[in-house]
Amino acid sequence: MSSLMSGARMLLECLVREGAECIFGYPGGVTLPFYDALYDHPMRHVLVRHEENACFAAQGYAIATGKVGVCCATSGPGATNLITGMVNAMMDSTPVVALTGQVATKLIGSDAFQEADTFGITRSCTKHNYLVKNLADLPQVIHEAFYIAGTGRPGPVLVDVPKDVFQGQARYSPVSAIHLRGYKVPAEGHTGQVRRAAQMIWEAQRPMVYAGGGIVSSGASAELRQLVELVDIPAVCTLMGLGAIPGDHANFISMPGMHGSYAANMGLTQTDLIIALGVRFDDRVTGRLSSFAPHARVIHVDIDPSEIGKNRVPELPIVGDVRRVLEKLNKVLAGTAPAMAGANAEARKAWRDQIRRWQQEHPLAPVVSEAEIKPQHVVSEIDRLSGGKAIVASDVGQHQMWSAQFIRFSEPRLWINSGGLGSMGFGLPAAIGAQFARPDRLVFAVVGDGGFQMSIPELATLVNYGLPVKVVIMNNGYLGMVRQWQELFFANRTCAVQLDGFPDVEKLAAAYGFKGRTIDKPQELAPALREAVDEAGPYLLNVRVCPTENVFPMVPAGSAINEMVLAPPRPVPVPK
Amino acid sequence: MIQVISLLVENKPGALMRITGVLTARGYNIESLTVARTLDPELSHMTIAVDVDPALRGLVIKQMIKLINVLQASDLTDSRAVVREMVLMRVKAPADKRTAILKEAEIFGARVIDSSVEGFALEATGDPEKLDEFVDIMRSYGEFEATRSGVVAMSLEGKKPRLSAPVPTRGGAEKLETNTGVING
Repeated sequence: MSSLMSGARMLLECLVREGAECIFGYPGGVTLPFYDALYDHPMRHVLVRHEENACFAAQGYAIATGKVGVCCATSGPGATNLITGMVNAMMDSTPVVALTGQVATKLIGSDAFQEADTFGITRSCTKHNYLVKNLADLPQVIHEAFYIAGTGRPGPVLVDVPKDVFQGQARYSPVSAIHLRGYKVPAEGHTGQVRRAAQMIWEAQRPMVYAGGGIVSSGASAELRQLVELVDIPAVCTLMGLGAIPGDHANFISMPGMHGSYAANMGLTQTDLIIALGVRFDDRVTGRLSSFAPHARVIHVDIDPSEIGKNRVPELPIVGDVRRVLEKLNKVLAGTAPAMAGANAEARKAWRDQIRRWQQEHPLAPVVSEAEIKPQHVVSEIDRLSGGKAIVASDVGQHQMWSAQFIRFSEPRLWINSGGLGSMGFGLPAAIGAQFARPDRLVFAVVGDGGFQMSIPELATLVNYGLPVKVVIMNNGYLGMVRQWQELFFANRTCAVQLDGFPDVEKLAAAYGFKGRTIDKPQELAPALREAVDEAGPYLLNVRVCPTENVFPMVPAGSAINEMVLAPPRPVPVPK
Repeated sequence: MIQVISLLVENKPGALMRITGVLTARGYNIESLTVARTLDPELSHMTIAVDVDPALRGLVIKQMIKLINVLQASDLTDSRAVVREMVLMRVKAPADKRTAILKEAEIFGARVIDSSVEGFALEATGDPEKLDEFVDIMRSYGEFEATRSGVVAMSLEGKKPRLSAPVPTRGGAEKLETNTGVING
């Protein structure tokens, strides 16, 4: 049975069928028919205060749930405001469907009011995109968009819908199947390759697991844990993979790379076998590529064939969904363990001891002071309060690195950040999306004073929907990460990094109608965070942290990852 | 080094832009590009000649295969393949040179498609290098104009594209709620 229906309504029906629960959006001229259909439709629409934040919120939602996040914007400026968000989703492989309005089909190309070539502009920042010129194609396209966004290596898909397509009336019959002949979703991985991988793992004396965002996307945490426990392999998780193994697991070392721990980076340098799972050998992890893991053979498991061999050529490539590959691999390992596990057991034990020694020599320990609040102190308090259970959405910069170093996540999908693109202003809107996804969870937005000022408008969204997000501003009065680089690599010529004129947070929060507070004494930190968490609604906590603190260890850009700067350079005494 | 890429793509808007985007995003200059429909009108065959860093040739192919509209992409540079190009040219031919020009055209297997008092219009197909030589020779006769098609290539090793099967959409049976009142108003 089919009945006459508007394009806008049809679009909503397709979203319902795809299991979408809410749309983060901002209306405008050409999406008026869509919003008219939304008026009495059960689909929930969340009105944000800027389209970029709609896209970020959809990503917060997607990361927290594993479902496809949905955002929408009008044509022209609405669509162009989505771009940063789309690139962000592309870089971090986050499943998002973005719906944009377009001027009526007969006006396309005429420089009409609020017209932009959204289809052309978003070609390079989407996994795929569509311009729907016929209403008859709309349902098919929406289902394709969700399928492409959520399968394989996830990513953003944009659907551009002209006004007259929203308004058109047609008979709607639900689409039962889609056919994308050229879109291949690799599945379980080649059996022979998996067997060879098991062989290489048993042969290794100093194996190391290097796990990333792919573990989170494919839901392979349990399988990963099984692997590291089965063979007792030390593991590092990338910035995107934090939580893939519980942060307090005995085999988990830390994040590797530019701000990774000494043990993680020394481990990767000395290992003889890297088991790379859902990672892309990003430059922030490898440092100088030619010196990365010089003694290691590499097994690289990834669902995206174009990632394999892109930066590091593996001895053993396996194309497949990492969860299904690990299921197979674990089975083979369990089966061969009685015969094989003994061979290198001694060497592997020595390797684990070596890593433990590195961890003891240079532990990742938060700096705490009696006199001033150290930013590391703030994140370790958040860690203590949340007990690994809270969602932490971070912005970009020093506070992001400290959060990644010191907050231990007990499960995946709790740590939400902008990794690949590093787009400031991500933290607060992502926290909003995550809180919608998980109303039961405690959600922190950990932001710097720079990124916070990029997302201040979203405080209204918090109030609007009564979202109890705890916004913790690590306020050092600087664009800290930029300043850190200027100090270390540009002879301390700090330029355009001082953020004066920060608002009075108590008044700012009060202006929006909720509670805010500024603290600057270490003794106040724990009680203030407690107060924020106990508050029923949103809370804005401005923490005045030590303005000169820098993130260590640090691998200078272009260095090998074992060439870490472990602590701030000592000041050179001036001769009298 | 010039890489010859052969692609089988869905005839969809934006497909060409996506494919060239893989190359232009890296700042590669496309030497030539030809597209035409296949027997199946929903598909097109594309041949791209492009100057790619040899180390990245494989990656470029993989990134093209990844595109939703691409059914098959192969690097024909070092494989068994025929590569052909067509050139159309106008040569000014005064009476004393006409015989010589026709002789040269014959050597290269070119056809005369127009003849006038001023000169000839010629058409030749062949190996791109052979055509280079032909163009050089014809240019030596004086006033000259040519347009080339860019290369079309075909692998001599038949490889069937592996295509994906249809997949069912989600929630086919889900009941849609109606008349639930104002939700977002």
